[in-house]
Amino acid sequence: MTLNLKIWRQGGKYPKGQFVNYTLDGVNDHMSFLEMLDVLNEKLINEKEEPIAFEHDCREGICGTCSLVINGYPHGPMQQTTACQLHMRHFHDGQTITIEPWRSRAFPIVKDLVVNRDAFDRIIQAGGYISVDTGQAQDGNAIPIEKDQAGHAFDAATCIGCGACVAACPNASAMLFVGAKVSHLSQMPQGKVESDTRVQRMVAQHDAEGFGRCSNITACQAECPKAISVEHIARLNRQYIGATLGSEKVAN
Amino acid sequence: MPFQSNVPAGELSEKWKQYRSSMPLVAPNNKRRLEVIIVGTGLAGGAAAATFGELGYKVKVFTFHDSPRRAHSIAAQGGINAAKNYQNDGDSVYRLFYDTIKGGDYRSREANVHRLAEVSVNIIDQAVAQGVPFARDYGGLLANRSFGGVQVSRTFYARGQTGQQLLLGAYQSLSRQISLGNVELFNRHEMIDLVMQDGKARGIIARNLLTGKTERHAAHAVVLGTGGYGNVFYLSTNAMNSNGSAAWRAVKQGAYMANPCFTQIHPTCIPVSGEYQSKLTLMSESLRNDGRVWVPKNQEDAAAIREGRKTGLDIAEGDRDYYLERRYPAFGNLVPRDVASRAAKTACDEGLGVSPTGLAVYLDFDAAIERYGKSRAHSLNESNADKGRIRQLGVAVIEEKYGNLFEMYEKITGEDPYVMPMKIYPAVHYTMGGLWVDYNLQTNIPGLFAIGEANFSDHGANRLGASALMQGLADGYFVLPYTIGTFLSQEIRNPMVDPDGPAFMEAEAKSKARIEKIMSINGTKSAETFHRELGKIMWEYCGMARNAEGLQKGRRLIRELRKEFWSSVYVPGRVDEYNPELEKALRVADFMELGELMMLDALDRNESCGGHFREEYQSEDGEALRRDDEYAYVSAWEWDDTDPILHKEELIFENVELKTRSYK
Repeated sequence: MTLNLKIWRQGGKYPKGQFVNYTLDGVNDHMSFLEMLDVLNEKLINEKEEPIAFEHDCREGICGTCSLVINGYPHGPMQQTTACQLHMRHFHDGQTITIEPWRSRAFPIVKDLVVNRDAFDRIIQAGGYISVDTGQAQDGNAIPIEKDQAGHAFDAATCIGCGACVAACPNASAMLFVGAKVSHLSQMPQGKVESDTRVQRMVAQHDAEGFGRCSNITACQAECPKAISVEHIARLNRQYIGATLGSEKVAN
Repeated sequence: MPFQSNVPAGELSEKWKQYRSSMPLVAPNNKRRLEVIIVGTGLAGGAAAATFGELGYKVKVFTFHDSPRRAHSIAAQGGINAAKNYQNDGDSVYRLFYDTIKGGDYRSREANVHRLAEVSVNIIDQAVAQGVPFARDYGGLLANRSFGGVQVSRTFYARGQTGQQLLLGAYQSLSRQISLGNVELFNRHEMIDLVMQDGKARGIIARNLLTGKTERHAAHAVVLGTGGYGNVFYLSTNAMNSNGSAAWRAVKQGAYMANPCFTQIHPTCIPVSGEYQSKLTLMSESLRNDGRVWVPKNQEDAAAIREGRKTGLDIAEGDRDYYLERRYPAFGNLVPRDVASRAAKTACDEGLGVSPTGLAVYLDFDAAIERYGKSRAHSLNESNADKGRIRQLGVAVIEEKYGNLFEMYEKITGEDPYVMPMKIYPAVHYTMGGLWVDYNLQTNIPGLFAIGEANFSDHGANRLGASALMQGLADGYFVLPYTIGTFLSQEIRNPMVDPDGPAFMEAEAKSKARIEKIMSINGTKSAETFHRELGKIMWEYCGMARNAEGLQKGRRLIRELRKEFWSSVYVPGRVDEYNPELEKALRVADFMELGELMMLDALDRNESCGGHFREEYQSEDGEALRRDDEYAYVSAWEWDDTDPILHKEELIFENVELKTRSYK
């Protein structure tokens, strides 16, 4: 099939950023979306043009590196699918496909479709962990965890840190990302100890990074490639209120 | 340079305990003054960086990714082994040790492997304490499953994302140390050279991938946790950016590369579909717990399937060859990876492959769906359940166990694996070879350590499933933090290393010159083109089956390719900017040299063992023929551009009797 690609380019030849149109033929059904971009880049390199910068790594939908807004949807039109797992059989001959980077003040553009997501690391550094040093652990079976509860915690823990939630949100809020980590750790008995300070510190860092507030639009859940539910944001809110109003454990 | 295994004396089961209690320590006041550079933030590097931070060392950690959480450890699906014996099925530290030595086809060091088995139990405890959500039974206790090459259930898992969850555990511990100021993180920084000073590893030259600037970083010791080099084959299950360059830069400074030809071909990957293909996707080995591998018994059926006239469902039970169950009744579909991969190749070579390329076999869940369905119906008191209901119940069980894998398969192939049997074929997955290290995980360069997949130490010629996560975390959390003391305790009188010293300035100048050279060629072919070409040569001559003639030809072809690369590669863009093409070109240049060394190593090893199968050395029924009298050694190669030098470390087996590995 032949595709019309409208791709955001920024940096180098396009200092201010703009859409550039490309026509690509010879695309087939079995290609992944990123392989289609590989083919385009190979063509550009052969023409001594600068290839399009986009980030990717595992191409298995788990590392969270790829970050494309395709036809207006983070990771493209398929639900629960990262851009790297999206295949060209879902597009048709002659289609125009628009490709943009994540757009958020907290994710500055590095080049073309590549953004800087260091803000996510800093949010985790603010409190997204359980404070246990290597060697301090007791036996793994010392604390039984009810199967369903472990399952709920797991649902939250599946976050791959890609940032699609931010890209989807009109407020560019990262509350689904923060909520998922808060919810994962606070549902494990090991993580309960620090839950009051954790939630305050992570939310404070989230705000400091310039992400917006959550206004219950829930586009994040719809676009999350791991289908993480907004119920984790609700759990975060409940904890945040409990920690700030009802507790003396105010984060430093 | 020293070349001794430094295995401590004593009984096998007491070595590590005694050594740990008697090795030199570094006092807290000195730890604060000692700097350690760690390259890589996967399970090994991330765990080590976090633990060193906790211990009080000054740590700088480097990753080329945008975040430490993206390392390729994240892609491991199936699980992590530990000798907990929670299932009461007769497991023990010794049994895990024995299985690993045997699974590795007797080409690993006894003492290292025993230590790995010992600390395996601590890893699970540590991960649970970090909040890693392992699978649990209804009683709330940790669940286990079995894996290839063993007869006990010792694999802990977190759905199909064990690697991701364990890496997040390490990443979160590392993040805590970063926030406490004990560890400094350099993301989007790639190590482009190792700096030697007075015969010791004293730092690295790193390229800031956002700005393209080179930086000099100094320390008392350097640790490489930079993963394996499977991408030398171009198509592999490794992430696109996984590369062997950090390790190879160390080799160019004199570090020995051990057993480079020991590569693991994983039996259950999604088959190749076209020339543009950029990578291969693994389906977890855990699927072989319930999936049955088969091909049609006769070539006509196979041809009909390839041409689309029939599907797997049209082949009657009696016309199917469940070849693993037939050839290896004791282990059946759970034979180790090397055995399963070769058997698939044999079946396809006989014209029984089931995809249009002829390179695929079936992995069928029908029997498991029926078995689980019946068992569920029984426990639900549905004694009259019909076939459809049983299937429905069975599918639900399979979905709970492998749902995400089945989903991934469907996304990639467009076929529903609950209905149509999966098509799989072997693909390059892991490299057992790596930097040579002694018992302390120190390379032959003083002050340079290698951990995780980057070293060669524990898996011999073949790695068992669910052992990579175990080794990465063992090295990072529980081994290196102790053993590095043997080196650092001698460094307490040495001041901070100066990154502006002559050795650093010279190394930086050399790195810059190399980059300039590659940019100035301005040829016609992309780095990707060379990489793809290299991959074809490697797979053809150094893949699942190798022979002397092919290996010599392969080496010749790589040398020609290297020459062509340095005269006609084209790298777009500039040096001083974000330039992924330049990153790729530098990595491909290293891969080509490494590939050449792999050919040499495979040529030297005139035997078949584990992942290394030499066609000249096989039994009458096509099984691998090991030659212990002549080849029970570790090949440690010293690089030389024309004539690499082989050093041999004899493997001494005091506790295990070398047997022909049989899974029949």
